[in-house]
Amino acid sequence: MTVTAAFFYLFATITIASGFMVIASRNPVQSVLFLILAFVNAAGLFLMMGAEFLAMILVIVYVGAVAVLFLFVVMMLDVDFAALRQGFLQYLPIGGLIGVIFLLELILVVGAYAIDPGLVRSPAVPIPAPDVMTNTEALGQVLYTRYFYFFQAAGLILLVAMIGAIVLTLRERVGVRRQDISKQNARTQETAVEVRKVPFRQGI
Amino acid sequence: MNSALTIPAFGPMLPEILMAAGVLALVLFGAFRGERPGYGMSIIALALLAVTFVAVLMLPSERVETMGGSFVVDGFAKFMKALTLLGSAGGIILSLDYMRREGIYRFEYPILIVLSTIGMMMVISANDLIALYLGLELLSLSSYVIAAFDRDNVRSTEAGLKYFVLGALSSGMLLYGASLVYGFTGSVSFPVIATVLQGDVGIGAIVGLVFIAAGIAFKISAVPFHMWTPDVYEGSPTPVTAFFAAAPKMAGMAMATRVFIDAFPGILVQWQQIIVFISIASMALGSFAAIGQRNLKRLMAYSSIGNVGYALIGLAAGTPDGVQGVAIYMAIYLAMTLGTFAIILAMRRGNVMFESIDDLSGLSRTHPALAFCLAMMMFSLAGIPPLAGFFAKFYVFAAAIQANLVTLAVIGVVTSVIGAYYYLRIVKVMYFDEPVERFERMSPGVTFVLMVSSAVVLLFWLVPAPIVNAAGAAARSLF
Repeated sequence: MTVTAAFFYLFATITIASGFMVIASRNPVQSVLFLILAFVNAAGLFLMMGAEFLAMILVIVYVGAVAVLFLFVVMMLDVDFAALRQGFLQYLPIGGLIGVIFLLELILVVGAYAIDPGLVRSPAVPIPAPDVMTNTEALGQVLYTRYFYFFQAAGLILLVAMIGAIVLTLRERVGVRRQDISKQNARTQETAVEVRKVPFRQGI
Repeated sequence: MNSALTIPAFGPMLPEILMAAGVLALVLFGAFRGERPGYGMSIIALALLAVTFVAVLMLPSERVETMGGSFVVDGFAKFMKALTLLGSAGGIILSLDYMRREGIYRFEYPILIVLSTIGMMMVISANDLIALYLGLELLSLSSYVIAAFDRDNVRSTEAGLKYFVLGALSSGMLLYGASLVYGFTGSVSFPVIATVLQGDVGIGAIVGLVFIAAGIAFKISAVPFHMWTPDVYEGSPTPVTAFFAAAPKMAGMAMATRVFIDAFPGILVQWQQIIVFISIASMALGSFAAIGQRNLKRLMAYSSIGNVGYALIGLAAGTPDGVQGVAIYMAIYLAMTLGTFAIILAMRRGNVMFESIDDLSGLSRTHPALAFCLAMMMFSLAGIPPLAGFFAKFYVFAAAIQANLVTLAVIGVVTSVIGAYYYLRIVKVMYFDEPVERFERMSPGVTFVLMVSSAVVLLFWLVPAPIVNAAGAAARSLF
């Protein structure tokens, strides 16, 4: 039990600390690296809760794809972060005010939070015990049955994203020389080679 | 957990399934066929919408839930889905000629409209928060792309980008609210939320409700979440603007009605204040801000903000009469807005489209029929009897007075008088100013939309029964 608690506090502390460093560090590349650290530690927290599928997805999708993409974008774009921060003091009063309002709301909301035992007893889908079925299998069981509709809807949304990217960025370039192998193979000697008589001492 | 599955009933989802299968076929067809001149893709998309329209009409009128309670079909969903399909069809018909002549036709346009329509139908039938959010994202993502469809035009890309950034923010607010409501009620399903939230509820669920209301208000462009509307409406290609002003508004109002009436009936007093405020602010801004506008598309943006305010009066009442008012209002608003945009699309000379009010100068002498139609649309939008717009306002105001919201109804009447100023100014410019050059002949598609919507606006008072009765049945199915 103490080992579990120790690991929990380890992961939780590093997650919060690196989350803070994401917004505090001056170098954007370092920010993204701290973000990756936060993701990995959050995955550790998921693992401790028995949600190993979420943990793996977090590492594969967020660390492996999203954060690396961020890193590429940050490194490739020449963003002047000092210039971006210039209006900071100017926006501080209104931004701070909104932040304080949100904080008060959060305190009010969380202060009012009381878990009704009747609600906890009736989850939408019962969660199977870990020894009956693994976490991943249980997710798969409901994802393609109970939540089939949502799964299909998400698929349509991804289709829109794909079509949208093509509509907005694909350009038909004219005058580009592309290799057309069937055209190349269809050439015969007659079409490819031209034999000319060159008159003596005159050239073509 | 037993793995024996009960297969959900697909019958109530038939329209959505038809559309989704059809749009996949359209994507493949378009990709293999490549870019070709001709209206082929648009005609197929229109046929798909027509088939779906018939399928919607054949749905059962009593309440049916399927997909584990995530998807609901009732009279209200049928009515609003039919309106949405008409709006989307209008968006495609109006684009037929325009997209070619502007040189921005690509076969993805009808596909994106159909995809966005699937999102709208999912939103209308959503019976839990996840289904609502997924439908909304499908609708919004397609809208962002078609707003920027004229991608070489700075204003169109600006419209798309602005819509995307602000839309993402509003989706975030909606999700935040949904997570709070889920946390405080323990369920995402509307009927369960309704049974849990009775009597004295904690502040947490109400904060969640406020955030959900903010997300919804953005989608229907109600004040104070309207900032994007004038810029997006002005920047997008005109048929796209017509589509935005027609179809998503139907889905948005249906979504607002279903969320507030179905999921939060126990705390009517709390959300009534929000809706009353949004309604008053939208009506006021819609009438005052439009006065200074010279651009017709911007003017119609403010007009649509105002119209959403009037429709919300019916929702604020929270009674079957109020919801009936909303349904009638949206049906008539659909006809008025499509008709007006058809006329804006008719303002073309050579390769130049005109969008300013001054370009309408003396239209009564150059194009008497067009001027008459636009004058009827403007009188109707201003709410002058016996045109359809008067009855639309009449039903929502009557419902508000029955629900003891007399102040709200009075403010509605006052703002519609103020709004009448800028509608009537257009009539004055057309009938009393010196004529300018003639416009070109209208294309057949635009003429068709204009004729149908003018007929609805002009003749509604003769045969109001079909729309009024259908809207009444739709409203009763929610209570």
